[in-house]
Amino acid sequence: MERFYTTEIPKSDRIPKLVEHLYAKMPEIESARAILLTESYKETEGQPIMTRRAKAFAHILDNIPIIIRPNELIVGSTTIAPRGCQTYPEFSFEWLEPEFETVEHRSADPFYISEQTKKDLKEVHKYWKGKTTSELATAYMAPETLKAMEHNIFTPGNYFYNGVGHITVQYDKVLAIGYEGIIAEAKGYLDQCNPSDADYATRSRFLQAVIISCEAVIRYAKRYAVLAAEMAQKESNPARKAELLQIAQNCTNVPEKGAKTFWEACQSFWFVQQLLQVESSGHSISPGRFDQYMYPYYKEDLDKGKITREAAQELIDCIFVKLNDLNKCRDAASAEGFAGYSLFQNMIVGGQDKNGLDVTNDLSFMCISASAHVFLPQPSLSIRVWNGTPHSLMLKAAQLTRTGIGLPAYYNDEVIIPSLMSMGLTMEDAREYNIIGCVEPQKAGKTEGWHDAAFFNMCRPLEVVFDSGYDKGELIGVRTKPVEEMTSFEEFYDAYKAQMEYFISLLVNADNSIDMAHATLCPLPFESCMVDDCMKRGKALQEGGAVYNFTGPQGFGIANMADALYAVKTLVFDEKKVTMAELKKALMFNYGKGLDEASVADLAMRIIGGLKEQGIAVSNEDVARIVAQVHSMDIPETDKKRYGEILGLIDQVPKFGNDDRTVDAFARDVAYTYTRPLLKYKNPRGGSFQAGLYPVSANVPLGAQTGATPDGRLAHTPVADGVSPSAGKDVHGPTAAANSVSRLDHGIASNGTLFNQKFHPTALSGEKGLDNFVSLIRSYFDQKGSHVQFNVVDRETLLDAQKHPEKYKHLVVRVAGYSALFTTLSKSLQDDIIRRTEQGF
Amino acid sequence: MDYLQTKGRIFDIQRYSIHDGHGIRTIVFLKGCVLRCRWCCNPESQEYKIQTMMVQGKPKTIGRDVTVEEVMHEVEKDRAYYRRSGGGLTLSGGESLCQPQFARDLLRAAKAAGITTAMESMACAKWEVIESILPYLDQYLMDIKHINPEKHKEFTGRSNELMLENARKVAASGMTELSIRVPVIPTFNDTPEEIRDIAWFADKLPGVKRIHLLPYHRLGQDKYEDLGREYLMKDILPPTNEHMEMLKRVVTENSSLICQIGG
Repeated sequence: MERFYTTEIPKSDRIPKLVEHLYAKMPEIESARAILLTESYKETEGQPIMTRRAKAFAHILDNIPIIIRPNELIVGSTTIAPRGCQTYPEFSFEWLEPEFETVEHRSADPFYISEQTKKDLKEVHKYWKGKTTSELATAYMAPETLKAMEHNIFTPGNYFYNGVGHITVQYDKVLAIGYEGIIAEAKGYLDQCNPSDADYATRSRFLQAVIISCEAVIRYAKRYAVLAAEMAQKESNPARKAELLQIAQNCTNVPEKGAKTFWEACQSFWFVQQLLQVESSGHSISPGRFDQYMYPYYKEDLDKGKITREAAQELIDCIFVKLNDLNKCRDAASAEGFAGYSLFQNMIVGGQDKNGLDVTNDLSFMCISASAHVFLPQPSLSIRVWNGTPHSLMLKAAQLTRTGIGLPAYYNDEVIIPSLMSMGLTMEDAREYNIIGCVEPQKAGKTEGWHDAAFFNMCRPLEVVFDSGYDKGELIGVRTKPVEEMTSFEEFYDAYKAQMEYFISLLVNADNSIDMAHATLCPLPFESCMVDDCMKRGKALQEGGAVYNFTGPQGFGIANMADALYAVKTLVFDEKKVTMAELKKALMFNYGKGLDEASVADLAMRIIGGLKEQGIAVSNEDVARIVAQVHSMDIPETDKKRYGEILGLIDQVPKFGNDDRTVDAFARDVAYTYTRPLLKYKNPRGGSFQAGLYPVSANVPLGAQTGATPDGRLAHTPVADGVSPSAGKDVHGPTAAANSVSRLDHGIASNGTLFNQKFHPTALSGEKGLDNFVSLIRSYFDQKGSHVQFNVVDRETLLDAQKHPEKYKHLVVRVAGYSALFTTLSKSLQDDIIRRTEQGF
Repeated sequence: MDYLQTKGRIFDIQRYSIHDGHGIRTIVFLKGCVLRCRWCCNPESQEYKIQTMMVQGKPKTIGRDVTVEEVMHEVEKDRAYYRRSGGGLTLSGGESLCQPQFARDLLRAAKAAGITTAMESMACAKWEVIESILPYLDQYLMDIKHINPEKHKEFTGRSNELMLENARKVAASGMTELSIRVPVIPTFNDTPEEIRDIAWFADKLPGVKRIHLLPYHRLGQDKYEDLGREYLMKDILPPTNEHMEMLKRVVTENSSLICQIGG
């Protein structure tokens, strides 16, 4: 007998209506939260920060406008406009005003903003000058750190400008005992506080702040109960009237009390999920193991005949729609790094319990169905895979992958569990991990992981090596020997390692400064009351209240650096086909492939810096003259020819991603230059640093800040994505690429690694296609890969590639065992392939 | 272990092949063919001699001489995937049987290494050659293109009697899992009658359970140009989905075979 109910449950008519309503208009920026926050802050000047935070949260929840959208079964919206966003001036605001006029028209994640909102926000912002976490963080940072950031070696932008988020709280606890239970717990701890205790002041105020916050949440839900009841009274459609009455009842019961039904559990879950994102602007608030903590409520209702599978599926689908109702406006630069309005609310199904037994259940399947039903980017659905994962669940997941939605992401228990244990988690906790945001594993309800703490561009320190510690004419790194004088590859590699070590230490300084700023100005009592051991210790998460504390900044550009260093080793030192001086010049002049404005500025600043170094004064006129000279500079044809030859030679050197053991072992070592030094550093919350290897979508904008690299990559083009091989450099198909990637040490990158693979849908067609696809994932995981996700190329992509071939130079299509670069095929063959793409399903 | 040193000529090795045999497979393409099918999507496979083809304006050498051991080194790389998927090595071409000793020793080496084997072939060789290979072959993917000898000769350059005879013998031997594959080529064999005749023939082969109808595609067209040859089927369009479905019905109505569109 089948252990699970795997029959596909159809989606209800309600779901497309909800989606249509949600996406009818461009999302809008609203000002209610910022206004209410500021009102409250003005009234609480001089009080403890914890108290001020809780009172501001309560003031917002008591007064922010509320709305129930048409056809909703699960209610709670942070903005009146669908998919709108509030602003969070306590973290940063200065970027927003200059972008008022462009935010509606920018290409990445545009938002509408009304004239009234602009006016309101301008007024509010007056108060916040000098009071934000980003300003305090800057004040905490060392001068050399600020310089390294200015030179784009790394960017801690995420928490520098926003709340931290990146957490999974104890949803299970709220579902079970409600906020009345949590308030009772806080009161219990408060009773134990003795006024003579050394930490009485902070401890008691934190616990009081928890109580203020939770009571505000209960009142907020009751506002919805009243609204639903009012709407029910006016509703003429009897079916909708009954729904509204039930919604009113649900919001009266939860989240104050423990949930009694599956619907109540869904509603209670939603208020937690939504309100965490009202308290702070942190993204990646991840629902985690939803299939686990919701299951008891589903099972009980189903067993008692109180709910049908169809009704339960509809409620889950409603939640999946709601997760897309939450939104966030980032500054223009960050929006490019996190493109797609994504809040990275990661939900994961399957995996093991604390005893190591598989916990797949009916809801695991229903969550995958929900993703297919709503077909929206949120939640970021994930699946845990281990040897005990049922084949039926893998097939269900593969079917979702085949749709081209890019979900779910697959995670390997067999790598992640020991990896987390190596960072100090107990085996029980490690086995219960879920994923935060993109790919970051942690134990829910016990961890403040600071998972997305920065992007560190591994290519930039190599550029600094080529200029002996200088960048744009300024000494920003360690002074290393001129590359032309280096006599061995070891010497060169050591110089790279020295720059890496130095910049990593500055990255740590940046993160720790921001960490301190959050603890000082923006502790989050509501979030903290749902994570152990905050209440017991009487400390917010930001003050080190969690059981596990980490800081996880991401390195990216592994493939570029592996290929680049390997090319230097092979061509300059082993085969002596290129001299270091030649290579340095080739990089400076972008291999003779033209200099854009940024390259011209770089070169000019180098010259100016050189002059200054020699003690020569440089006037503004000199600067203008030098820039003009660089602009009009002609690279001699003989040099150009030589650069072309050098590119050709680089092209011949084996590259990462082709299942070449020598290069792959080399790449593994290069990754250690980032992952190992980080481990020795501590954060102010008493935890340690841990590395991740993934760039979200930052590999494009941050690549634009990176000059030409010795792997043949031209200036300001994207760097490689995650731990994936450089685009177009892996030419032996998916198994070869996966083998190479699996040879990196994923275990030491305990903050997660990201591997993207692209497929043509025919590779997944039919049952056999799905079986083989599942085998591919399992084989990659057998070899100790940690994460993989798939882009299945769809018809629209291919049509776009026909129109804009320059954007799709590396698009490989595999049709019936035949691989080709799509853009090199003739139009009629492309049409054939497009036709086959449609047949793939 | 002398057989590991047997030399042969190949023109490509393609990993993660999922349309030719069970599971995830590595296909080794042997160079040289006895037929000259007009629709051939691998025209560079036909000549045994090493050729130069212009690929995107750059000359590319097609064909290299390798030992069984060297090929096995590549094949071994995806062992993890074979284990999970039940895949392995597939020989293709060309016609692998044109290099009988090399083909046999490749299959033998794979079997010795615990890797499953398959071969795509027209069975256009002396029976002794096929017989020597069968002990090392798990799955035989045999092309049957047409039942009518004259039409077969017109489109492929050779008559089909030997191949049909070998098909009967392979089936009768019971030594390998035999599946029949039919490239469905408009103007050559895409009428219901022609497909029905092939189905009747395949149905009578003992042990044969599956027949694959492989729709004609033009993905090899550019290669003709690259080789400086004229493509004779320029004006022929691939069969439509509906037509393929109709032919599939013809097969299932006229035989007890399991019929699949595609590999």
